[in-house]
Amino acid sequence: MEALLVFLPLIVGVFVGLSSQSISVKKAQIITSGGVIISALLSGIVFYDVAINGNERTIQLLDWIDSGDLSVNWALRIDSLTAVMLVVVTWVAALVHVYSVGYMSHDPHAQRFMSYLSLFTFFMLMLVTADNFIQLFLGWEGVGLCSYLLIGFWYKKESANNAAMKAFIVNRVGDFGFALGIFAIFYVFGTVNFDEVFAAASSVSGRNIEFLGLEVDAITLICLLLFIGAMGKSAQLGLHTWLPDAMEGPTPVSALIHAATMVTAGVFLVARCSPLFELSEIALAVVTIVGAVTCLFAATVALTQNDIKKVIAYSTCSQLGYMFFACGVSAYSAGVFHLMTHGFFKALLFLGAGSVIHAMSNEQDMRKMGGIWKKIPFTYAMMLIGTLAITGFPLLSGFFSKDMILESAYAAGYSDGNIFGAFAFWVGILAATLTAFYSWRLIFLTFHGKSRASKKVQSHIHESPKVMTVPLLLLSIGAIFAGGFASIKLGIVAPDLEFWNGAIVMLGEFNVLEEAHHVPLWVKALPFAVGMIGLCLAYICYIINPNLPKILSKKLKWAYNFLLNKWYFDELFDALFVRPTKSLGQFLWKSVDVGIIDRFGPNGLVFISQNVARVFSKVQSGFVYHYAFVMLIGLVGLIGWYMHVNVN
Amino acid sequence: MVDTLYNIGLMHYLVVAGILFTIGVCGIFLNRKNVITILMSIELMLLAVNINLVSFSAYLNDLTGQIFAIFILTVAAAEAAIGLAILVVYYRNKGSIEVEDIKQMKG
Repeated sequence: MEALLVFLPLIVGVFVGLSSQSISVKKAQIITSGGVIISALLSGIVFYDVAINGNERTIQLLDWIDSGDLSVNWALRIDSLTAVMLVVVTWVAALVHVYSVGYMSHDPHAQRFMSYLSLFTFFMLMLVTADNFIQLFLGWEGVGLCSYLLIGFWYKKESANNAAMKAFIVNRVGDFGFALGIFAIFYVFGTVNFDEVFAAASSVSGRNIEFLGLEVDAITLICLLLFIGAMGKSAQLGLHTWLPDAMEGPTPVSALIHAATMVTAGVFLVARCSPLFELSEIALAVVTIVGAVTCLFAATVALTQNDIKKVIAYSTCSQLGYMFFACGVSAYSAGVFHLMTHGFFKALLFLGAGSVIHAMSNEQDMRKMGGIWKKIPFTYAMMLIGTLAITGFPLLSGFFSKDMILESAYAAGYSDGNIFGAFAFWVGILAATLTAFYSWRLIFLTFHGKSRASKKVQSHIHESPKVMTVPLLLLSIGAIFAGGFASIKLGIVAPDLEFWNGAIVMLGEFNVLEEAHHVPLWVKALPFAVGMIGLCLAYICYIINPNLPKILSKKLKWAYNFLLNKWYFDELFDALFVRPTKSLGQFLWKSVDVGIIDRFGPNGLVFISQNVARVFSKVQSGFVYHYAFVMLIGLVGLIGWYMHVNVN
Repeated sequence: MVDTLYNIGLMHYLVVAGILFTIGVCGIFLNRKNVITILMSIELMLLAVNINLVSFSAYLNDLTGQIFAIFILTVAAAEAAIGLAILVVYYRNKGSIEVEDIKQMKG
């Protein structure tokens, strides 16, 4: 059953992909959606069995690599962490599949699109069910590939092609770190299987290995390298530049890959490797700082963006930051919990945004929207639920998970004296204010106020078809109830980690989750309070006095431009890496390759043989009697020589 | 002198053959008109060789040389036939059998 769950999306994806020329759109949609929906149902059963009844298991499929000391099995490891991920991945994937049936109905390549989506689902399942680092890496690269294919799905659009390449190349940087991390693990532990590595982790603690000529702590090195991989995939500060550009892809892709599943793989990796990270304070500190800074950075940038999808993209980046600093203060379960709830409400927001874009005749600029809530009330309601969830409105999903993260950070900071935890807490609170502000700004700009769209667009505004609204409805149920259900009913963030059954480990005397339940009341109330402040600010700026933002942006021009240009990261990277690399490449091409190697190598040989041939071809006059004459002279010469030799 | 003229020996035959052969060679190399001349020159050279063979055959009382000459005549006839056939076809294709025009192999 587990194998069917994982491989069904592969089978339908490959089948539809290979026959995409001959199969009809309808058939392709039914086959892929059907396959993934079956997967989703199976994952529900698996979740019940594994996470709730505690029957975790590992299913051996086959030996994969057996070379010297390296032996890698192909196995499906299903524990509580995997079960949670399975549910998020397959359910969101199934809903996105169904949504795509409506959203991509006018696209001439809908078959290819559905096939890529299914293939992506398979690789994501491979990633979360991996039993060892190599298998994880396979899934990791597979989702990267599908992400590339789907961002560049509209390959005739140059910006989409560039965005796809950017995503692939930036991820390469992270993957390089990840690969080095796996090498280091094999070097230190002699194995890449999770069980063996985690069992041996404590005995390796404190060992030093040499890296780049420096003696470094083995575990710290491994964790930092793995974290670089996680940063790339989860778009953390420095390696985040690909995520906003990835919005060039179709909106369902943004919802599935760049919000709910693939980008959370980094968080999953850190949570999966919790037995390693727990042993390295430095690595945890780095995770906390990077997470917190990303969280704030992305939230500030989201304030000024005008593209509806870019706002949500930066919001994703920011929420991923929350998850990482939760992991950084050892509250892995809170991080994964937020991953789960975020998967639902962010997919809801993205698909809702897709519905808005659909209604607005493919307009993505929020400055050209406004006042459409009466015309598409259902989408409006769904976006509202998503926004309430992300801003941590009480009793919605985001409330439970985000508060848990902030409380954990507070507890780590003030009960355990971890200054990074305290830093993360205050940054998180600030980011929560900004989150509320930009989320409500999106709602107000898009749905309220006077319409700024052209007459033609306005006359076309219509609610999306059922096939698109039903997935929204289902996701909204997840966005409302998933948090409360998982937190209260399942005890996903309970201090004893009983739910996780060993999948997530916390070492040391200090239990951050225990302490998080005993933080002062003002800490518990603060996220909601700042959320309300954000809402009020957005209300003042965009409903009461719509001219205020313009005045503010003029008054604070440099700050506004700084944020609008995303802290100038693209420009910085352009100057630091892209242009030097380009000019180096230009130099190597023009001067070294063409100028030296080609000139004196192949081209030189060609030059010599051409000239020699030109001289010798003059000998060939083409007249028969010349050849005959040469033959005669030759004959005479031969005979003469023969006689000369014989006579003497 | 007169005696030498009336007593025709091997030497005379060889000289005639040599002259004929030289004429043939010169005909090939100095000829700038058409290919038929070349063919004829080749025939001339073959005949010169035949005279040599026959005269040596008579001189040495050995019939082998004369049989050889017959063979050469046969081969020469066949060669002339093929050569002329080629020429005809060539003329049909190119419209000319001028030696100056036949230089497609020029490098």
